[in-house]
Amino acid sequence: MIGSGPAESGSIPPVAAGRRARLLPAPGDRRGFGIAIVSTVIVFGLLGFVIVSSAGWPRVQQSFFDPATFEASWPRVTRAFWVNVQLFLLAEALVLVLGLVIAVLRSLPGAALAPIRLLATAYVDLFRALPGILVISMLGFGVPALRIEGLPTDEFFWALVALTLLYSAYVSEVYRAGIDSIHPSQAAAARSLGLSQLQAMRFVVVPQAIRRVIPPLLNDFIGLQKDTALVSVLGVVEVFRAAQIRQAATFNSTPYVITAIIFLLLTVPMARLVDWLVRRQQRRSAAGAR
Amino acid sequence: MRAEGRASEALLVEGLTKSFGSLAVLRGIDLAVAEHEVICLIGASGSGKSTLLRCVNLLEPIDAGRIVVGGQEITAARVDVDRVRRSIGIVFQAFNLFPHLRVIDNITLAPRRVLGRDRGAAEAAATDLLRRFGLEDKRLEYPDRLSGGQQQRVAIVRALAMEPQLLLLDEITSALDPELIAEVLDVVRELARGGMTMLIATHEMGFARDVADRVAFLDQGRMLEIGPPAAILSEPREPRTRQFLQRVIAAGRL
Ligand SMILES: Nc1ncnc2c1ncn2[C@@H]1O[C@H](COP(=O)(O)OP(=O)(O)OP(=O)(O)O)[C@@H](O)[C@H]1O
Ligand SMILES: [Mg+2]
Repeated sequence: MIGSGPAESGSIPPVAAGRRARLLPAPGDRRGFGIAIVSTVIVFGLLGFVIVSSAGWPRVQQSFFDPATFEASWPRVTRAFWVNVQLFLLAEALVLVLGLVIAVLRSLPGAALAPIRLLATAYVDLFRALPGILVISMLGFGVPALRIEGLPTDEFFWALVALTLLYSAYVSEVYRAGIDSIHPSQAAAARSLGLSQLQAMRFVVVPQAIRRVIPPLLNDFIGLQKDTALVSVLGVVEVFRAAQIRQAATFNSTPYVITAIIFLLLTVPMARLVDWLVRRQQRRSAAGAR
Repeated sequence: MRAEGRASEALLVEGLTKSFGSLAVLRGIDLAVAEHEVICLIGASGSGKSTLLRCVNLLEPIDAGRIVVGGQEITAARVDVDRVRRSIGIVFQAFNLFPHLRVIDNITLAPRRVLGRDRGAAEAAATDLLRRFGLEDKRLEYPDRLSGGQQQRVAIVRALAMEPQLLLLDEITSALDPELIAEVLDVVRELARGGMTMLIATHEMGFARDVADRVAFLDQGRMLEIGPPAAILSEPREPRTRQFLQRVIAAGRL
């Protein structure tokens, strides 16, 4: 199974909590850097040797790393990936909006708004509890089967709806953690100037909250991008389904490796970016703490 | 708007009580502030100064009593609290500037969003105010690039931009390094000269003597005495006031 939900949803990066271990020693640290390189080469070299010298390696190599199949399948599999790209770009845009709306609804105080908070909370609990593949299947197969006049039956559409509903629940929690992290004195200052509850949210609290939650938000988007492969269960010919089709046609699993490479190329840079953003935030809050 | 109280009264507080749970913080406060009058609230930590100011700005709901501002009872049911707050400015000990907005946008946010001023007019008015308080060159800075004293002056300008009838200042120099206090107090003096009606909670007795028309001493949620600064600060009637002032003198703040 590819992906099963966001890794660190809802978590706000800790504020300057001591020194984190670096991936590699600083380049200035010549000796440390040298040791890191040598030990890395040894460990990975050994690992590679163990795998390549194993009894089953020739067969694995043939069925997963076959150059001819790779070349023949690459165009079709990568073309199918554009379906994933469309899916996650659209879903991400919708999730950014819906997640924020839910978070704000849950953060509004006042006794009269209890039913709204309750509904929003129930929504978040529901979609965080259900496995993604289940929601995608139920919406994608179930709703069209109702044959309600006017409702789309397109699988892509329901896949988009399912991913949006799922990830809006996660992302609303991220937003809410961000909103809660803004000190109440900020809202009080805004209210004291005559801004309404909603204006204080919109102009003062939410803009500050969003800045703080960009890294965990991107983490959730990494999960969302991987989970686009789940919609293959609906028969949408996206990258994973295209790989399956090629595998069936060629009796060779190299197309799966192509899929893996595509996701790696997409996700690893994003994970590095998130890491960099978190570090930058930590540096800033360490430097700017007044 | 109903006409209540005397027209010259900017603020009238009657029988105000307020508790947090079982803790009675304000126990029947009566206070009348005339237009253009400056009143300093003094009293020990925890005596209820901040709470009184927050109640006047409707940031805290009150338990009993009433508050009348500019002839309108703001504690009546169905009062539009946002409308009330427009005409009452408050400046906090911790500045509470909006860190994501430049100085100019901190100041123009409420005039634009609450009063519906267009950006040009709001910025022109804000720039005038900044110039008046020597902050014109900071208009495009973010708050964290300013000193504490500058931040607090910006916070005052932000409150003034709403053209309040009444300004509440809550220990606005307590978070400042000693060398920055004077520049902020000078701003308040200038406002007093300009006729701004102010209710000021402060620990700076010298400043209170200097700027206040009357000084009120708060003790455990009661206003024990109120009168001209010379009388209260030099010849207090109440033993508790005397005690408080002696402690302040011992701490070197008079
Ligand atoms: N939101 C609150 N919840 C509970 N208790 C509160 C709250 N705000 C204030 N208090 C309590 O009310 C009392 C009066 O507080 P207040 O802040 O009004 O005092 P103060 O005179 O302004 O003191 P200081 O000089 O230290 O600022 C204190 O005992 C305080 O602990
Ligand atoms: Mg106080």
